[in-house]
Amino acid sequence: MTTKAQAVMDWIDARFPLTSTYKAHLSEYYAPKNFNFWYFFGSLALLVLVLQIVTGIFLVMHYKPDASLNASGVPVAFASVEYIMRDVPGGWIIRYLHSTGASAFFVVVYLHMFRGILYGSYRKPRELIWIFGTLIFLALMAEAFMGYLLPWGQMSFWGAQVIVNLFSAIPVIGPDLSVVIRGDFVVSDATLNRFFSFHVIAVPLVLIGLVAAHIVALHEVGSNNPDGVEIKKKKGPDGHPLDGIPFHPYYTVKDIVGVVGFLIVFSFIVFFAPEGGGYFLEYNNFIPADPLKTPPHIAPVWYFTPFYSLLRAMVWPLFGLDAKFWGVVAMGGGVVIIAFLPWLDRSPAKSIRYRGPIFKTLLTIFIIGFAILGFLGTKPPSYAFFGVIPGAPVAQLFSLYYFLFFLTMPVWSKIDKCKPVPDRVTG
Amino acid sequence: MKKLLTALLFAPLLAFASGAELHLDKAPVSTEPAALQNGAKLFVNYCLNCHGASYMRYNRLQQIGLSEQMIKDNLMFTADKVGEPMRIAMQRDEAKQWFGAAPPDLTVVARSRASEFGSGADWLYTYLRGFYRDSERPTGWNNVIFENVGMPHVLYELQGEQLAKVSEKDDGHGGKIKEIHLEQGKPGKMSKDEYDKATADLVSYLVWMGEPMAETRKTIGTFVIAFLGLLFVLSYLLKKNFWKDIH
Amino acid sequence: MSVDQKMDGSRRQLLLVTSAAGGVAVAAAAVPFVASLTPSERAKAAGAPVEVDISKLAPGQMMTVEWRGKPVWIINRTKEMLDSLKKTEGEVSDPNSEKPMQPEYAKNEGRSIKPEILVAVGICTHLGCSPSDKFKTGAESGVSNDWPGGFLCPCHGSTFDMAGRVYKNKPAPDNLEIPPHKYVADTKILIGEDGKA
Repeated sequence: MTTKAQAVMDWIDARFPLTSTYKAHLSEYYAPKNFNFWYFFGSLALLVLVLQIVTGIFLVMHYKPDASLNASGVPVAFASVEYIMRDVPGGWIIRYLHSTGASAFFVVVYLHMFRGILYGSYRKPRELIWIFGTLIFLALMAEAFMGYLLPWGQMSFWGAQVIVNLFSAIPVIGPDLSVVIRGDFVVSDATLNRFFSFHVIAVPLVLIGLVAAHIVALHEVGSNNPDGVEIKKKKGPDGHPLDGIPFHPYYTVKDIVGVVGFLIVFSFIVFFAPEGGGYFLEYNNFIPADPLKTPPHIAPVWYFTPFYSLLRAMVWPLFGLDAKFWGVVAMGGGVVIIAFLPWLDRSPAKSIRYRGPIFKTLLTIFIIGFAILGFLGTKPPSYAFFGVIPGAPVAQLFSLYYFLFFLTMPVWSKIDKCKPVPDRVTG
Repeated sequence: MKKLLTALLFAPLLAFASGAELHLDKAPVSTEPAALQNGAKLFVNYCLNCHGASYMRYNRLQQIGLSEQMIKDNLMFTADKVGEPMRIAMQRDEAKQWFGAAPPDLTVVARSRASEFGSGADWLYTYLRGFYRDSERPTGWNNVIFENVGMPHVLYELQGEQLAKVSEKDDGHGGKIKEIHLEQGKPGKMSKDEYDKATADLVSYLVWMGEPMAETRKTIGTFVIAFLGLLFVLSYLLKKNFWKDIH
Repeated sequence: MSVDQKMDGSRRQLLLVTSAAGGVAVAAAAVPFVASLTPSERAKAAGAPVEVDISKLAPGQMMTVEWRGKPVWIINRTKEMLDSLKKTEGEVSDPNSEKPMQPEYAKNEGRSIKPEILVAVGICTHLGCSPSDKFKTGAESGVSNDWPGGFLCPCHGSTFDMAGRVYKNKPAPDNLEIPPHKYVADTKILIGEDGKA
């Protein structure tokens, strides 16, 4: 570095921890050298967050959260989305990036969470990282749900109607609470405007804060790795972990490969299948919201459907409370229980590489079950596999399994036969 | 109140359950300018009287090979500037009285009619060819895939009349499925093949209008992915080069 | 341990090429975002040329039409008004319309196609207020005792003569803009299009 540039840096460093921050989080943040494919999804989630914020900023310049009808009898909000798609130069690309980005966000985050479960990344001392992560997931669900109302199509409207009514299941305060959330007795212009406000300002601020906390906590304790060993335990004479390498340049160049690979798949969807077969942009959402007519096929967007299946699985009233209430408890509990994973898992080994057959078997069933719950959530309750195996009991079975997997974990994770964990990372 | 909310929560599920299966004919969708221009002509003459296309500006028709003058002279009946969208003069509340529901805007109809049974184009193609005489309906018309439709058969003079032969078939679970077979009654100006071709053009136009930038999108996409492919190779080589330090 | 020290030739080259390609990708990705800031099809449609019938515009009268959301004045100037331009010639800052504030065909003393008909954008070239017409002369105008008729901008006091030429030593730097326009018939003006690209 030239002396002049050095002088500028010194001036800044005396007033702001620029160089030390750069060192702490990039050039001298030592990450395990054995990260594999699954470790791409953290940086990809950050990429998608930035993408959603940037595209969102540009969409807000043209979008109008207004449920009133224009001269042609179309809601202004719906028309403004078509205005973006047709009249705004480049608008269609920005909108497709944002709508595909929403689905991509969940794909990436689900895989990121799966990685955490595979390698025990939630275990001590990373419990807080995991809790911040669960909160990010919750905030993301709120963000996606409220954003989905904005195009003001039929699915937007009826999806919001159904989900807001979930809150009315809460005993005593429920019905009033759902009115307060909507700001009206039905989903209306008032609802659209407050969801817009939450979607563009409130929830993104929370998300950014949580993501910062997630990363700060991660860099405090250091990253886990596919072997689930603590690299900080074995340090070289220079004080750096023997199995650690500086994040920059090694993982920056590696993550760039992941980013470009992701962008290839992502661009393929944006440019060749932006509707995602009706899963990313639902067909009924090309019809403006009509409060008097429910479309014949309504299902949440794919990323909510596993939890939607948990909701629908509860069909029996219990303890004098409606089945509907228990459905909401199941859905909410299904998300919240994930946060308790650090204390439910009692296995001596963190990584699946050294864990026993019980974990491997139960986890495989869990993943298959989660996928089946997701699939059934897009279908009507009357759905039957191949027209013969009824879907509803299958969903109930896997919903039960979903909770049992977590609740019985303290028992089976303890008795599972683990292999010895090595001192150093392997390959 | 609570009951109403419960009903609202589960109403969609019940409605979902009763959704019947649809058999749609595959629409021969074209992106050829000639077909799209013919479709635009049919759309403006037969649909645009009642249905608007309020996000579609007339001057966008230049994309399918029409000049501004041609659009002004042959296709613009409802606007006086080519930059204006395809609006209709009909009042919505009057339309509601006449048809029971205001005719929907058709700009994105080809996108909204897609379902698990087929594309939006397939639905429209089947629908436009599926009108038959039904004396019990106020308009005198019914439709094979849109039962008790409020819209009369506006292409009647082209297709002529179709008559329905209803038969019942066992559905394999002890129930009955109503099957409708159509037969040509009084002929129209077009033969069956000509009419199929005309509706195919009209549907092609509706598909194009639903997303006029669809072809551009694919062209840009090809370049984007090709370039990202190059970038992938480069970034992979760079990664390998850096990582040769790591043992 | 510094990365720069270990940078061999092939790595440096690869880093340059990849950075360049990445730069191209980022620039390309910025295109739709920048494009989205430019006027939309709706704005362009609203900015389409406007046809104006001036057959009812009596001498000494002014009419205002909207073009691209801006007021466009059309003034049928009387002989006295046109004569006043001779007097103001020495007092305005750009008497011969040297600055490109008008199409080539309006670069004349009256700054117009037909001498008596002035078509001008009614936006002050200072900071965008719309000046008011002060066609009455002398003290009656309320501008000054020797006022020959013209326009006064209420915001910062810039004054213009009957051809929209700005007076010297006023905040406005330029003459009023003359929009592209043409006569499609003797008394019909098309504003916004002049047949020359």
